[in-house]
Amino acid sequence: MSFLSAQGILIFFLLGMFAFSLFSEQFLSQSNIMTVVRQASIIGIIAIGVTVVIIGGNLDLSVGSMLSFSTVLVVDLHDKIGPTNAILLMFALTLMIGAVNGFLIGFLRLNSLIVTLAMLSAIQGLVLIYSGGQNVDIADQEGTWFAFFGRGYLAGIAVPVLMFGLLAIVMQIVMSYTGYGRRIFAVGGNPMAAVYSGIRNNWCVFSTYLISAFCVACAALVLGSRVMGSQNNVGQGYELLVLAGVILGGTSLLGGAGSIWKTVIGVLILGFIQNGLLLMGYPYYIQWLVTWVIIILAVWLDLANKRKRLLTTHS
Amino acid sequence: MMSFFKGFFRGRTVIQPIWVFVIAIFIFFSFMSEYFLSWGNITNILVQTSTIGLIALGMTLVMINGNIDLSVGAVLGLAASLVVGLQETSMVLAIVAALSCGVVLGAINGLVVWKTGVNAFIVTLGAMIGVRGLIFVYTEEQSLYAMNFAFSDFGMSSIGPMPVLAIIFLVCALIMHLVLTRTSHGRNTFAVGGNPEASIDAGICLGRHMMINFMIVGFFAALAGVLLASQMGAATPNLGRDYELWVITAVVLGGTKLTGGYGSIVGTLGGVLAIGILRNGMNLMQVPAFYVLVVLGLILISVLIIDKKLNAPSTKEVRV
Repeated sequence: MSFLSAQGILIFFLLGMFAFSLFSEQFLSQSNIMTVVRQASIIGIIAIGVTVVIIGGNLDLSVGSMLSFSTVLVVDLHDKIGPTNAILLMFALTLMIGAVNGFLIGFLRLNSLIVTLAMLSAIQGLVLIYSGGQNVDIADQEGTWFAFFGRGYLAGIAVPVLMFGLLAIVMQIVMSYTGYGRRIFAVGGNPMAAVYSGIRNNWCVFSTYLISAFCVACAALVLGSRVMGSQNNVGQGYELLVLAGVILGGTSLLGGAGSIWKTVIGVLILGFIQNGLLLMGYPYYIQWLVTWVIIILAVWLDLANKRKRLLTTHS
Repeated sequence: MMSFFKGFFRGRTVIQPIWVFVIAIFIFFSFMSEYFLSWGNITNILVQTSTIGLIALGMTLVMINGNIDLSVGAVLGLAASLVVGLQETSMVLAIVAALSCGVVLGAINGLVVWKTGVNAFIVTLGAMIGVRGLIFVYTEEQSLYAMNFAFSDFGMSSIGPMPVLAIIFLVCALIMHLVLTRTSHGRNTFAVGGNPEASIDAGICLGRHMMINFMIVGFFAALAGVLLASQMGAATPNLGRDYELWVITAVVLGGTKLTGGYGSIVGTLGGVLAIGILRNGMNLMQVPAFYVLVVLGLILISVLIIDKKLNAPSTKEVRV
């Protein structure tokens, strides 16, 4: 049973892939799998950062608005100050928003749900003020190397997928094998104990929001470069898809538990559900219904061990 | 003096801080815009806030219980689609179906939270995505239009000088205030949110109270959906998107604690009015709608900081 609940998400994933491949022969083709992974990579890149925040015992609902902000910024500045400067400025400003989140939550110890909820609306407002409610785009779409991040290939692999994979591997190593990762787990799992063992909690929490903002900036790079333009509400609803992926991956919202590779699988499951149902001829919104059922099932499966403890406070 | 402010901001004194804020912005906008201080505009604010306000009444109970419901916007959308979609059978039947659909979805949320012990945040997040899917399945991505004029006129009608929607909202607020302060269910709601273990020892059935509160918020979300559909004379599949954020903002502004065990309907009413007056007032001052989002975010964060500074349990919290 303990094996099942630890690897439950992986088993779930393989069973689902098997089921879909029975219904549609295109499903397991290499090109289809690459397409799904490429589509999932934007949500995946953001989900990596959000996983770190959640392991640290907090939440980040502002990632969707931040994605809109960063994408609009980088696309709009591309023509004005050149691609390199635009990317650098976009990263700097996105990290600043992350720092504001981190300061309010890490140092002033405000409730992360409400702070990031407030930031969600504030940043959405900022995007609209900045863009004047207009959509932005890049004038010379063919003559710029900016397209590389969203449309390019490196060694036969799409660049977004490469960024997604690289970020996932780096963060997985950081979270499992470094002292920093262990401290984040400690702060999320038991803040008091972390303080008594000499961990500076506020800096740890602060840094998780910087990581989250960095991931959003990477995602904005991919999204802006793929579309070569941006609507000012392009990231709307991303925070929920991202959370769904993280939760499917079995990361506990209570903090202190979770892993990057499971988040990656959670995000891929969402992507494959959408793709599989589409190939089977169902409209896309059926995917939302299925996601609802699957989230509850996956969480139930993953909570198999903790359920007894939780039930004592809910019976 | 400090202790007065502490009691004041915890809402133990008669006037809650959010109401001071409401009165302050009310006076501010009265001076800033000549159109603001008129009966027509004041009832207008009440009608505009009634949708968010009704849901916020139910959400207050759920949040005092220590839970949260993110699916309210989707439930609102489904109820609105149902009431317009079923209008040809019979208007009464359509309304009953829409309202009971809200109650049933609330019951499912409550039952899953109760029986599995999974965090309400996750359960209702899933429900939010799933119920939105249900709307699209039901409407097949089409907007529905109300053909029944009695129904579409209802949202615009008024009794004497008061619009019907404002009356419904205020009456519901009064009822929920009484439920929360005068009934054993209300008392138990505070107990369950404040200290779950102690309430089990006191013989309170936690799960049942949670489920009832989820059903209440589901009912109010559906009612808001029906009234909104009547006001617009139509229902779109995306109706109610982002409403959960506005509702939670209103309830938190009203002083209800996210951790549970503390809150009031009077506070929530203040929170709802604060948002309504800000939106309306800034609109009349011709501030672009974008700035309202930023101002609301900043106000919410400032309220949190003030609350934290004044209520800091300095002895309990570990300082690093």
